Amino acid sequence: MTRHLPWIFLAIVGAVSLTVVAVARGETVNALWIVAAAVSIFLIAYRYYALFIARHVMGLDGARVTPAIRRADGLDYVATDRSVLFGHHFAAIAGAGPLVGPVLAAQMGYLPGTLWILAGVVVAGAVQDFMILFISMRRDGKSLGELIRMEMGQTAGTIALFGAFMIMVIILAVLALIVVKALAESPWGTFTVAATIPLAVMMGIYSRWIRPGRIGEVSILGLVGLLAALIFGQSVAASPVLGPLFTFTPIQLCWLLIGYGAIASVLPVWLLLAPRDYLSTFLKIGAIVALAVGIVIMAPPLRMPALTQFVGGGGPVWSGSLFPFLFITIACGAVSGFHALIASGTTPKLIANETHAPFIGYGAMLMEAFVAIMALVGAAILDPGIYFVMNSPAAVLGADAVSAAAAVTAMGFPIDAATITQTARDVGEATVISRTGGAPTLAVAMAEIFSHAVGGPAMKAFWYHFAILFEALFILTAVDAGTRAGRFMLQDLIGLAVPSFKRTDTLLPGVVATALCVGAWGFFLHQGVTDPLGGVNTLWPVFGISNQMLAAIALMLATVVLFRMKRDRFAWVTMVPTAWLLVCTISAGGLKLLSADPKVGFLSHAAQFSAAAERGELLGPAKSMAQMHQIIRNDYIDAGLCALFLAVVLAILVFAIRASIAARQASKPTAAETPAELAVA
Amino acid sequence: MIGAVFAKLRETARLMVGLPDYDAYRRHMAEHHPDQPAMDQTAFFRDRQNARYGGRGGGRCC
Repeated sequence: MTRHLPWIFLAIVGAVSLTVVAVARGETVNALWIVAAAVSIFLIAYRYYALFIARHVMGLDGARVTPAIRRADGLDYVATDRSVLFGHHFAAIAGAGPLVGPVLAAQMGYLPGTLWILAGVVVAGAVQDFMILFISMRRDGKSLGELIRMEMGQTAGTIALFGAFMIMVIILAVLALIVVKALAESPWGTFTVAATIPLAVMMGIYSRWIRPGRIGEVSILGLVGLLAALIFGQSVAASPVLGPLFTFTPIQLCWLLIGYGAIASVLPVWLLLAPRDYLSTFLKIGAIVALAVGIVIMAPPLRMPALTQFVGGGGPVWSGSLFPFLFITIACGAVSGFHALIASGTTPKLIANETHAPFIGYGAMLMEAFVAIMALVGAAILDPGIYFVMNSPAAVLGADAVSAAAAVTAMGFPIDAATITQTARDVGEATVISRTGGAPTLAVAMAEIFSHAVGGPAMKAFWYHFAILFEALFILTAVDAGTRAGRFMLQDLIGLAVPSFKRTDTLLPGVVATALCVGAWGFFLHQGVTDPLGGVNTLWPVFGISNQMLAAIALMLATVVLFRMKRDRFAWVTMVPTAWLLVCTISAGGLKLLSADPKVGFLSHAAQFSAAAERGELLGPAKSMAQMHQIIRNDYIDAGLCALFLAVVLAILVFAIRASIAARQASKPTAAETPAELAVA
Repeated sequence: MIGAVFAKLRETARLMVGLPDYDAYRRHMAEHHPDQPAMDQTAFFRDRQNARYGGRGGGRCC
C-alpha cells in the first residue's frame, strides 16, 4: 500500500489542478494549473494504465529476445539503451501536428482542447503507439502495411497502404500550406527560411567530404549560420532593394514550394535533406524544451475564456460544432494515426528488451501530448482579440486593422485597431491580420514567452522569426522526406498492377512516382492557397479526419491481434478507442460530405454556389465567375476525398470484424508472432 | 559521471538523426562476423545516411 501513497498524492494534485482549470470562472486561470494537471495525469496513466497493458494485455516478457537481439546486425537491428531510444522515437513522432491542431482548437476556448488531449492520449493515442510497437516488435519489426497483411489478409493490407498514401499526400499539402501562410508577405521569414538551403548544402558538403560523420560539429556550424541569417533577415526586410526580392504572395510561394519539393526529393540525401534534418531535429527538441522552461518561468495567465460561444459551431477558424470536429482538429497530441507508421518503423528494431516498450511506446506519446498542451497554452495566453484577428479568414475581417478590429469586436472579443497594428510592429511583420494556419499564432505566443525570459520586448521580433523558422524548417524537412516516402509507397502500389514499376534501380519509375507524388500534394496545396475561404479552413479538417482514420485502422489491427492472441478479455483496451475514433471520424466525414449547412458540408456548399452561378450571381468571397467554378470544383474534390477515406475505413472495419470472429472461433491462438526465443540467462 | 551523461546525450542526439553507435557496430562485427571486413567510420556514416533518408525508412511524423 505504501508504494501507492506518492501516486495517491499525485492524483490529488492532478484532481485539484483540473478542478481549478475546469470550474474557475470570471477570474483568470494561470497556465501552470493546466501544466500541473497534465503532468500528474500523465504520470499516473503511465504508472498504472501502461503497466496494466504491459503486464496483462500484452504479457510482455523480459526474457523473450527482441528483433534487435535475434537479428542483430549493428546497423538496422541494434539493442539500444532505453533512454537513448526514447529520444529517437520522440524525435520521430513529434512534428508540426501537435503544435498546430491545439492552436486551431483554441477557438472554442482552452477547456475542450485540454480535456480532449488529456483523455485522448491516455485512452487512445498512447495505447495505439504502444500496441503497434508491441505488435511490430513481436514480428521482426515489420511495417504497418505488412502487419495488416499478416493479420488481416492481403486485400486489407493493400487498402490500408492506399489509405496511408492518400493521408501522406494530404499531410504534405497541409504542412506546405502552413509554411505558405506563415511566409507570405514576410520578407524576414522568407529570407531566413531560404537561407537554410545554401546553409544546408554547405553542411552537406562539410559532412560528406571535409569531416564525415561529425554531426555535432556540423550542426553547431549550421546553428551559427542560422542565427546569423535570422539577425541579418531584419536588415534584408528593411532594405528597399532586398526586401521586395523576398516578399512573395501566397501563390508565388506555392509554386516555389512545389518546385522545391520536386527538386529536393531527387537530390542526393547527403546534400540537402540530411543536414537540414540535423538542424530541424535539434532545433525542434531545443525549442520544445525552451518552451516548457519559458512557460514555467513566465507562469502566464490564460486570457482566452474556458469556453467561447463557438462551441456550438459557427467559429471563424474552422466550421462545425464541438462534436465531432474538435476531435479531428486536435489529432496529433491526442491520437495520431501517423505514429503507427513510426512505431512500426525503426523503433521496434532497436528495442533491447520487451519491458522497455511501455516507456518508449506509451511514454513518448505522453510527451507529445505535453507538447500539444504547451501549444494550447500558447494560444490561450494571447489576447483573444489578437487570436481571432490572426486566425479568421480575410473574407470575415476585411483588409485593414480598422475593419478587422470591428469584425472581431463584433464577435465579442473587444480589440482596437491600434493594438492590432502594434502587435504586428512588435513582431516585425507588416500585418498580423488573417495569418491563419496556426504557426504565426504560435510564433507570437512563443515570442511573448521567450522575450519574457530573454531579451524583453525588444527581442520579440527576433523570437517571432525564430519560432517561424523553427516551424518552417521541420515542415520543409517533412515535405522533402515525405515526398521520398510517398514515392516508394506509390511505387509499391503501382507495382501491384505493373510489377516492373517496383524497381528502384531504373530511373523512370522513380521519376514518374516522384512527379505523381509532388503533383498530388501540389494540387491540394494550390487548391488551399487559392481557396477564397482561406484553405486551412478546408484542408485541416480533411487532414484531421484522415489522420484519425489511420489511427482507427491501427487500433483495429491491434484489436484483431488481441483476439488472435486469445486475449479476448482485454480487447476493450483497443476496442474502446477504436469505437470512439470511428464515431468521430465517420460522423465528421459524413457531415463534411452531406451536412445541409453549406459552411460544413462540401456538397451543400457546392450546390449553393452552383445554384448562384446558374443565376449568374457571384457569392462572396468569389470575385469572378471563374472563382465561383473553382470553389465548386474544389468542393467536389474534397467531397470525393472524404468519401474515399470513409470507404477505406469502412472496408478495414469489415475485414477487422471478419478476422476477429474467425479468431474467436479458432480453438487456439492464431496471431502470427515470431516464435518466442528466450535469451540465455 | 558528467562524462557518462554527456556520452549518453551525444548518443541520443546522434540516434535522433538516425546514426547508430559505431562502436557497437564494430563490436557486433568482431563478435559475429570476424571473417568479414567492417565498414570504416565514414562508410558507416554514409550507409546509415542512405538508410535513413532513402525513403524506405518510413520517415518522421507530421
